[in-house]
Amino acid sequence: MPRKLPRKDVVIIGLGWTGSILGYELAKAGLDVVAIERGPWRDTATDFPPASAQDELRYAVRLDLFLRPDQETLTFRNNASQTALPIRNFVSFLPGNGVGGAGVHWNGQTWRFLPTDFRLRSHLEERYGKDALPSDMTIQDWPLSYDDLEPYYDRFEKLCGTSGKAGNIRGIKQLGGNPFEGWRSSEYPTPPLKQGYGATLFAEAARKTGHNPFPQPASNLSEAYVNPLGIKLGQCTYCGFCERFGCGNYSKASPQTCVLPALLRFPNFTAQTESEVTKINLDSAGKRATGVTYVDTSGQEWEQPANIVLVCAFALFNVRLMLLSGIGKPYDAQAGQGVVGRNYAYQTTSSVGLILKDKVLNPFIATGSHGMMIDDYNGDNFDHSGLGFVGGGYMGFGQTNARPIQTRPVPAGTPKWGAQWKKATAETYQRACSLATHGSSYSYKDCYLDLDPTYTDRLGRPLMRMTFDFHENELKMSAFLTDRLAEIARTMDPVELVALPRKGPYTLTAYQTTHNTGGTVMGADPGTSVVNRYCQSWDVHNVFVPGGASVFPQNHGYNPTDTVGALAYWTADAIRDRYLRNPGPLV
Amino acid sequence: MRDGVFQARTSRRGLLSSSALVLLLGAGSASARIISDGLPWSPGTATPPVPVRPGPWLFFTAEEAALVEAAVDRLIPPDDRGPGARDAGCAVFIDRQLAGPYGRSAGLYMQPPFMPGAATQGYQMPDTPATRYRGGLKALADHVKAAFAGKSFAELSAPDQDKVLAGLESGSIALPGVGGAQFFALLLENTREGFFADPIYGGNRDMVGWKLIGFPGARYDYRDWVERHNEPYPLPPVSIMGRPEWEER
Amino acid sequence: MRVWQTSDARLGASRHRRRHYVFLALAAVMLLLLGAGAFLAPRWPRSASANAQRYPVDDRQAFDRIERGRYLAVVADCAGCHTAPGGPPFAGGLALQTPFGTLVTPNITPDRETGIGSWTDEEFVAAMHEGRGRGGMRLYPAMPYPAYAKMTRDDVLSILAYFKTIEPVHNAVTVNQLPFPFNIRLGMAFWNFLNFAPGPFQPDPQKSSEWNRGAYLVQGAGHCGTCHTPKTLLGGDQTGAPLAGATLQDWFAPNITTDPRKGIGNWPLDEVVHYLKTGTNSWTLASGPMAEAVVHSTSLMTNEDLAAIATYLKDSGVAVSTSPPTSVSANDAAIRAGAAIYKDNCAACHKDSGVGESALFPSLSGSALVQSDDVTTLARLILQGSRAVATPDKPTAPAMPVFDWRLNDAQIAAVLTFIRNRWGNAAAPVAASTVARQRALLARSP
Repeated sequence: MPRKLPRKDVVIIGLGWTGSILGYELAKAGLDVVAIERGPWRDTATDFPPASAQDELRYAVRLDLFLRPDQETLTFRNNASQTALPIRNFVSFLPGNGVGGAGVHWNGQTWRFLPTDFRLRSHLEERYGKDALPSDMTIQDWPLSYDDLEPYYDRFEKLCGTSGKAGNIRGIKQLGGNPFEGWRSSEYPTPPLKQGYGATLFAEAARKTGHNPFPQPASNLSEAYVNPLGIKLGQCTYCGFCERFGCGNYSKASPQTCVLPALLRFPNFTAQTESEVTKINLDSAGKRATGVTYVDTSGQEWEQPANIVLVCAFALFNVRLMLLSGIGKPYDAQAGQGVVGRNYAYQTTSSVGLILKDKVLNPFIATGSHGMMIDDYNGDNFDHSGLGFVGGGYMGFGQTNARPIQTRPVPAGTPKWGAQWKKATAETYQRACSLATHGSSYSYKDCYLDLDPTYTDRLGRPLMRMTFDFHENELKMSAFLTDRLAEIARTMDPVELVALPRKGPYTLTAYQTTHNTGGTVMGADPGTSVVNRYCQSWDVHNVFVPGGASVFPQNHGYNPTDTVGALAYWTADAIRDRYLRNPGPLV
Repeated sequence: MRDGVFQARTSRRGLLSSSALVLLLGAGSASARIISDGLPWSPGTATPPVPVRPGPWLFFTAEEAALVEAAVDRLIPPDDRGPGARDAGCAVFIDRQLAGPYGRSAGLYMQPPFMPGAATQGYQMPDTPATRYRGGLKALADHVKAAFAGKSFAELSAPDQDKVLAGLESGSIALPGVGGAQFFALLLENTREGFFADPIYGGNRDMVGWKLIGFPGARYDYRDWVERHNEPYPLPPVSIMGRPEWEER
Repeated sequence: MRVWQTSDARLGASRHRRRHYVFLALAAVMLLLLGAGAFLAPRWPRSASANAQRYPVDDRQAFDRIERGRYLAVVADCAGCHTAPGGPPFAGGLALQTPFGTLVTPNITPDRETGIGSWTDEEFVAAMHEGRGRGGMRLYPAMPYPAYAKMTRDDVLSILAYFKTIEPVHNAVTVNQLPFPFNIRLGMAFWNFLNFAPGPFQPDPQKSSEWNRGAYLVQGAGHCGTCHTPKTLLGGDQTGAPLAGATLQDWFAPNITTDPRKGIGNWPLDEVVHYLKTGTNSWTLASGPMAEAVVHSTSLMTNEDLAAIATYLKDSGVAVSTSPPTSVSANDAAIRAGAAIYKDNCAACHKDSGVGESALFPSLSGSALVQSDDVTTLARLILQGSRAVATPDKPTAPAMPVFDWRLNDAQIAAVLTFIRNRWGNAAAPVAASTVARQRALLARSP
């Protein structure tokens, strides 16, 4: 039997980026807030100081900061004809765990979606006709516009201190920035990072071939910065230990470096760690959440009553919790009905490997959001007529590290071991680099999440089942993007170039990205969305899913975190300024 | 998921628990940690790594160790660029890894049913790395004994050793019940890990793996060099436990 | 429910350290006392305050008086010692662990039975001015009455007026848990005879009123010298070297005189104010016991009082230290090792230039603490790490990581020698044995 705790105004499930932002905004508004986090407390000096953070085996290979599959995993299949099997060890994507969530171990790449991305279906149908889209593609317009979200992008970037160069300030193009981006109300909070040799060579090549290179926006800060919460961040040292690592010197934006010091000063905020929420509880009519049930590490169950429940876990686990709690109608792919689990999407990445002549690239001098990029082939920034696909992505030189267990290129055809391998490894390391494309992943009728019929977690609850494969549209797009990137790369005069466009089928066996989106998507129509434009459940009005990537109707050609952070602020404002005054459906 | 060297972490967390971790409403056992009123900090709560100790094998038998030492030294052989995997300590690395959480697949999802799936669905066998090594090394030793007139792998000439390893890699030496190619892939992966991981884990002795390629190791500040394009980084590699220059000389 | 009471836990962990030194003196006193028996009952002359007028009751309850008392209780940081971890404010019960046994701070809420609810003005003044509890019982000088003696009777009674308004808490505390012979309070009479110069603060007519206000706060309620003034063998203040820095077991409370190298002589006045207000300034961040003092006391003081304190500290006329030692040669083996250790361990935060980053990573270049004769705090920070202060204006609270697992004694000594003799710094080299002693000490009392 769960033991009952005193009621709170707000219970937050998961203390990562969205949980900490919502916690701060609502505690500041005077609400009594508890955040329940299933992983451990983590902080810079104790858990990833610069004395031990730079440990590739521990963090990047044995995945010390990540969710362990024995706590929660998923099952996976490429299509409904297969039997889904459990992901026994995370490889293709790496969900975070613990206080700070994925905000601890992200790369810092801080991109906004394009204005046209927010009205994707309308825009594409207007430009290319209704027949241009595959019939099983289930993309839809967002229920809010870029203009709606711009102030919130701005807030999240100012929270992080993001380094970059604006390309469009209130409609006026800015030299050196991304000419394709949506308007910004202000310049980036800090100037761009310094660029290494490889990025500089790529930028020259991109310019020569008529493209528009610009520094990748980075929440790994080019200089020390004080954010609007009064918290100070340090200067990035280009150590090359960002993704999969916590930052040791306070220079990468994270809940730890941007929010928690201020959040934990509120006497009306409490964080509770190593406690896993198992269910959102509903009243007998199923119309109102009464709080959550969680289990602590001793196995004791607790009931935490609350007036508002904020679902702030990682995208995939938001979806599972909604399914397990019976909020919203589960998606049925066969019938094409229901919403929870619908429109799961991913990211379509590819690479071009280069070996240069007589160059010293020092590839280990890097940050998680390093490099020079072009956006000429993202979204609908280019004419798709006759190409046979829609979508796109940014691309460029953005090598985030050269940690040698995992990054150790050799020329094609080199044996995998022995004297020749050793010689090639020694001679190639300094001269090799990897360029990448980061492409969109649109949603489809047969890509979805539901509960697995066979496998359960350690508490006996069904695992979530992922059914996903790349579709022809995405594979064509990846081939096109990779070709364009290879064309630019050839002008860098490589002695070897290997282009690796994304090929199907989607496989769990190689890391691609942790940009898992959809499943509780937002929309204007309750028939095709789980939450409304304020990330509020259509069915249970005091449950919000504030901005986890699970609310994305499809995934665009950018990293999700900036949009996740912006939506967290957007939702916080809606709760504070609208919901608290008149609790009920906001739409 | 956690390495053997992190075992000490548990006890540090335990220490923390005893002082800071608390009983909810008097619940009978350690349960959860409640954090409020500022960022916590207290001595002894950090989670530094614990370097492996030299000494006897923890997982391998003497025979297994001889085989592994000989095999890894063919995968990454000594040459004029520097030592091979044996002198780099890769067998010690693998031994310590197998004796720790990695060896028993700690943290992985190990619930049945185990079913073979599509290649895209990832590893689906119930065997842990420790089990795979125990079985694989035995099968390999048996194979060599039968094929080379009772000799052990370590007693073979280098070309013969290479022939056996290439046979495993290609699948022509099947190692029934174990999977020769899969076992080879695991051995190669772990050997490379040992050669390029921080020396605290037993391999990459004297940072020979890092010196081979020019990786400066556990450094954390390249601000002075990020814009020194096309110039080799001047400082030698450093391990988490230092470099010779840290001693007074 | 709220079990991880961080700030209180830290309070409990470090407060007692600020009082430790007293017991070294106690030991000496007790030995003398037992041996000679000559000072069995020295009666301290009653102070002039005994004859002062009592305030009329209505005046005592005036809001501004109570407010002044509340403010002075903050300046004096009464709650710091008189609050147990997680316990109600001022109800006592904080255990001061000492090498000689345990002292527990008394309840000073107005509970009539277990607190000070039935105390008269005279009794309270006697405690604050003379170190005499109820019935003439001698207080241990863990209670900084030698400093509070400088306060005016009016200010002392304002504090009492404030205490009478707070929530009474019934909490009986057995203060004296020291074993024989240290439990004999009479010993303190002898200590007082040697170390205690009673009498109120005497303003210096040559100085501005602001200076005098600062002096009054520093010497009186603020009791800065309790930590920062070097002690005699018996634990009394070295009267010739006020605020010149003192070691309290595991921490060195730095020199806060105008000494330009070891003190705060190079800090402009507004940087002193900023430090006291926020715990940070362009050079440094408060940590350890001073972080507590900033959070619970100085950050809550008025800007005028902080400016007065800064004015006094910047012009307190104490001796300037002798010329700096010659820097250790860059060719020295320790310096060469220290340079490598610094580059690989420290530069990612404190930078190659040693200037760090304000409010985040203290500057080592030009740092008084780095160049101080006593390296207790320096060694401690490397061995154990520390969380810096958090205040409303500067909430970041960065932390120094622990390095005891990564660097041995010789390596820590080498890097300390390096930072003490780089960027224009100059100070004596540090011996590995000094670090080893500190390591052993921390292992015993974490």
